[in-house]
Formats: sequence, structure tokens, C-alpha cells
Amino acid sequence: MAGHDSIAPLPLRTGFAGFEDRIFELMDYRPYRYATLAALLLAAVAMPRFCSNYVLEIFTNSFLYVVLCLGLNIVAGYAGLLDLGYAAFFAIGAYTSGVLTSQFGWNFWLAIPPALALAAAVGVMIGAPTLRLRSDYLAVVTLGAGEIIRIMARNLKHITGGPSGLIGIKRPTFFGVALNQISHYYYIFLIMAVLALVVSYRLEHSRLGRAWKYVRDDEDVAEAMGIPKSLIKLSAYIMGAMFAGMAGCFFAAKMTAISPDSFTFLQSLMIVVAMVLGGMGKIAGMVVGALVMVLFPEVFRTIGPLRMLVFGVILILMMVFRPQGIWPVRRH
Amino acid sequence: MSLFDIITQQLANSLVLGSFYALVAIGYSMVYGIIKLLNFAHGDIFMVGAFIGFAVLSLLTGVIGNGWLGIAVAILLSMIATGCLGVIIQRVAYRPMLAAPRLSIMITALGVSLVLFNSVMAMTNGQYKAFDTGLSYEGIDYGSIHFSYTQIVLVIATAALMVGMTLFVNRTIWGKAMRAISIDMDVCRLMGIDVNKIIALTFFVGSALAAAAGVMAGTYYGSIHFFMGFVIGLKAFTAAVLGGIGILPGAMLGGLLLGTLESFGTQIPWIGSEWKDVFSFGILILVLVFKPNGLLGRTTIERM
Repeated sequence: MAGHDSIAPLPLRTGFAGFEDRIFELMDYRPYRYATLAALLLAAVAMPRFCSNYVLEIFTNSFLYVVLCLGLNIVAGYAGLLDLGYAAFFAIGAYTSGVLTSQFGWNFWLAIPPALALAAAVGVMIGAPTLRLRSDYLAVVTLGAGEIIRIMARNLKHITGGPSGLIGIKRPTFFGVALNQISHYYYIFLIMAVLALVVSYRLEHSRLGRAWKYVRDDEDVAEAMGIPKSLIKLSAYIMGAMFAGMAGCFFAAKMTAISPDSFTFLQSLMIVVAMVLGGMGKIAGMVVGALVMVLFPEVFRTIGPLRMLVFGVILILMMVFRPQGIWPVRRH
Repeated sequence: MSLFDIITQQLANSLVLGSFYALVAIGYSMVYGIIKLLNFAHGDIFMVGAFIGFAVLSLLTGVIGNGWLGIAVAILLSMIATGCLGVIIQRVAYRPMLAAPRLSIMITALGVSLVLFNSVMAMTNGQYKAFDTGLSYEGIDYGSIHFSYTQIVLVIATAALMVGMTLFVNRTIWGKAMRAISIDMDVCRLMGIDVNKIIALTFFVGSALAAAAGVMAGTYYGSIHFFMGFVIGLKAFTAAVLGGIGILPGAMLGGLLLGTLESFGTQIPWIGSEWKDVFSFGILILVLVFKPNGLLGRTTIERM
């Protein structure tokens, strides 16, 4: 406690900002924080008992987005490297696991390590020569690399099934239970999201996580302090790639059919948007951003094709009035 | 056809493609140069320009016909209307964001892109629109090589726009202000330059050029679609970076070069047209890795 007493608490603001401060203050108090997390987890676990398959499907998708956002958050939020081709790693995970299980008859769970390894390897291949570029150019290079990987998935017909994609990916079993209900996938994706949250949290507060943020805030000073800049950046890139690869594996297993259309530039952008909407660099923000991103089009289903138009308007308003995101990192 | 014929024919085709890329790339490059924004909505501005041109041409068909005069009027009106749209977008979406982090303003651009894209999709029900012009495929034949008049006029029109653009940026007081702002915006404010007005002007000019390219592309390919801006946006962006983003001659050179590389790349037997985009993006990555400031860019020393 003594260490914290030396920092004077910030005065509470008024209005909506004050409301926000109150919530942050409550969440800073550990018992409240743990109680809230436990309540949320309990609600998530109990959900399949009360909700229709449609609702479960949506939440399953949002858990997938949580993992993708958390992965991109490591690359962009912690290490400050904007990746506009992030869906490529998602594609690599999905295709590796899809090809291994459908064409080579591998067990789904055994196909995960090679998928992660390949995602990491491609991360090194793209990252190693390009991470020294300044941020805008890095964004362009990752965009190009992402498109190249999508086009490869479309053109390498013998391996990936070409534009129509890979079909007949076998559904996995879990200790003898065939996973064929939406509620099964709901739980699998929930477990994956919780795991990703825990790993993200541990990484953020690790030596490596501090190095990422240091390099993000001032790479020259970080380097002067003896942090191997390039290695630290590359490690963030690889970690992000593996998160997306993992998400891709489970995505392929759930959908049983994947096509290059799931991994377009728009998909990469949507992940970036979810991350920025939520509040870059903040784990809770990633969950909020992912939920908003997936729930929004469903809630506004009634207005039909115009909903993406409304979404665009909200995105602009959001950036004009609250560029730091819904649940941002507090900086004193 | 001899090899020489094939090369010449491809060169002619690539000149047209490269012209479109270059015109769109100029807008990307100018906006990046002046406010350091990767304007993802620029491809959609191109698309909106094409649709405005289409609307004008449809209205004019009964009045002055859909020949060259009609097309010229359509291009001009579309340039003005789209330029104004660009200014409005800048005023509403980008001006409040000038002080915000770079990523936020990029996301705003994405929002603008979604709005434009989906509005046009809703208005056209996602249909292709046939760009009905009275132009024929006649032209000059030289051996087995064919240059249609449409191609020739489009390339000349593009060249005229580029020359005009270069003169505008290098010789006028507004152009000088633009160049000054791209070096240091705050000092320009102190010097009494109306920075907001010049930024708005930049958006007007960039959007107008994209609109010209949009109507020309509609004329050349014969049909337009709400999705047409996306790919050309990415390509123009590639072209701008290839030449050196923020540098005007760089955008022109990058556009023409990308058009040429793409046309010839698809002629290499073992590449084929489905690898066309891999080819362009591969070049982009190689350029950035080995010459990060683009072909015409100067090496900048970053602060320590």
C-alpha cells in the first residue's frame, strides 16, 4: 500500500466522465473486480440453458472475435505495430487445420500445434524484414502480405480448394464426445476466449509485456536501455500470429467449410476497428470491442443492408468524440 | 503477333490502366503529404465519382448525346460534385481529428469508406450499371497492334490533368501553401496561412482527380459497380507508396509503373492473370523493404 499512497489520487471528474471514473474506481478494488469477473463468467457459462441457438451462435462468434482482438492487441496495442493484414494469420490457422484434418485425416487437436507453428513461421517471414519500417509503411506491407496470402488460398486449388474453398472439414471430438451442437462450440470458444484473456493478462504484466510497451512508447530510449528492439517487436508479431492461428483452427472446425472470402482485407480492418472501438491496449476494451462488433449488425438486422451504413456513421462519430475507445487505458 | 507487337500492345493497354492508378494515387499522395492520413475512403471517392458521371451522362444522353462532348461534360460535372463531396467529408470527418492519434483518423477514414460504399450499394441495389457511351472500338491500326481512339483520348486527358496538377502545385500560391503545410503545419498557421482552407482545397483537388479517373474507367470498361473502388483504391495506394508517398511525381510514376508491371506480369506464362495482384503486392513489399521511401522519396532521418 505504501507505494501507492505516494501518488495523489486524481480528482473525480463530473458528468459522464465522472461516472466513468466511478466505475474505474470500483473496479480497482480487487474484491469487486473479482466478483464482477466471476458473475460475468457464471452468466456466460449459464447462457446455453436460457438462450436460443441463434443467440448462442452470435456469442460464439463474439468469443472468436475476442481472441482475434486480443491477438491484434498484442501487436498493435502493446507493441505499437499496426497490422492491416491480420486476417492472414487467421487464414493460415484455419487452412492448416482444415487441410490436415480433411485431406490427411489428422485428429483436430493434433493439427493445432502445426497450425500455430506455421502461423508463427509466416509471422517471422513477414515480420523479420519489415518490422524496422516506420508505422505507416508497416501497415502497408502487412496489408500487402495479407492480400498475398488470401490470393494464394484462392489460387492454390489443389491444396486449398480454390475460390470455393475447403469443404468437409471433420468436426472434432472431445474425450469421445462428438462436437456437433452449437452449445458445444459455445463452450469451446468460451474456454478459448478465457484462455486468451488469461494469457494476455499474464503477458501484459510480464517482463516481455513491459518491454513491448517500452518499445512502443519510445523505441530509441528502449534500445538505449538494452532492450533488443527488433527481437521484442518480432516476438509481439509472432505472439499475435499465434493467437489468430489458434482462432483459425477452431473457426475451421466450427464452420466445417472455409473459403478465401472469410479472410479478406475487410476482415482485417474489422478486427482493427473492433480493437480501436474497444480501446487499444486494454484487455477489457478488447472484450467490449469484440462484443460491439459482432452484436451490432445482429441487433440492427431489421434495417437490412443499411446497417453497415449506420455502423460507418457511428464509427466516425465515435472517433470524433471518443477516439480513445469505449474502455481505454488510463494514463496518469 | 510478334514479340514486339505484343510488347507494344501491352504497353498501350498498361498506359491506360496506369493512368487510372496514377490519377487516384495523386489524391492518396496529396492527402498523405499534407495531413499524414492514409485515406482509405479514396477508392470509394473514385467509385462515387464514376456513379455521379454515370448519372450525368444518363441525363445528358437525350440533350447532347453520349459521345465525347457528353462524356467531357460528365467528367467535368462529376469532378466538381465529387470534389465538393471530398471537402464535405474532410470538414465533417477529418478536421475534428487533426490532433487525434494517427490510428483514430485512419479508422475514421474507414468509417467514411463504409458510409460511401454502403450508400451507393443501397442506391443501386448492388447492381452493375452499364456505362452507355456512343464510343466505338475504332482506332489506329499499326500492323496487328490496335490503339482505340478511346485509349488515346483517355491517356491524353490524363496527361493534361497531370500537367495541370503539377503546375498547380508548383506554380500557384495555393500549391506553395500545400507544400509548406506538408513540411510543418504549425509554422504555417503562425505565418498566417489558412491551414483548414488549404487542406479542404487539397481534398477538393484529390477527389476531383479521382472522379475524373472514375468516369474515365467507366467509359473504358463499359460498366461500373459499387465494389469497383476497393481494388483500385488498394492499387492506387500501392502506386503512391511505390513512387514515394507524399510526392506528386512519385504518385504519377508509381501509377504508370504499377500499370505496366501488372500488364506485363500477367503475360509471363507461369504467372497468369490470377496472380496479378500477388505480383503487384510483391513488388510493393520488395520496394518497401529495400527502398522504404519509395522510388523518388528522399531518405529522411528520424529524430533521436
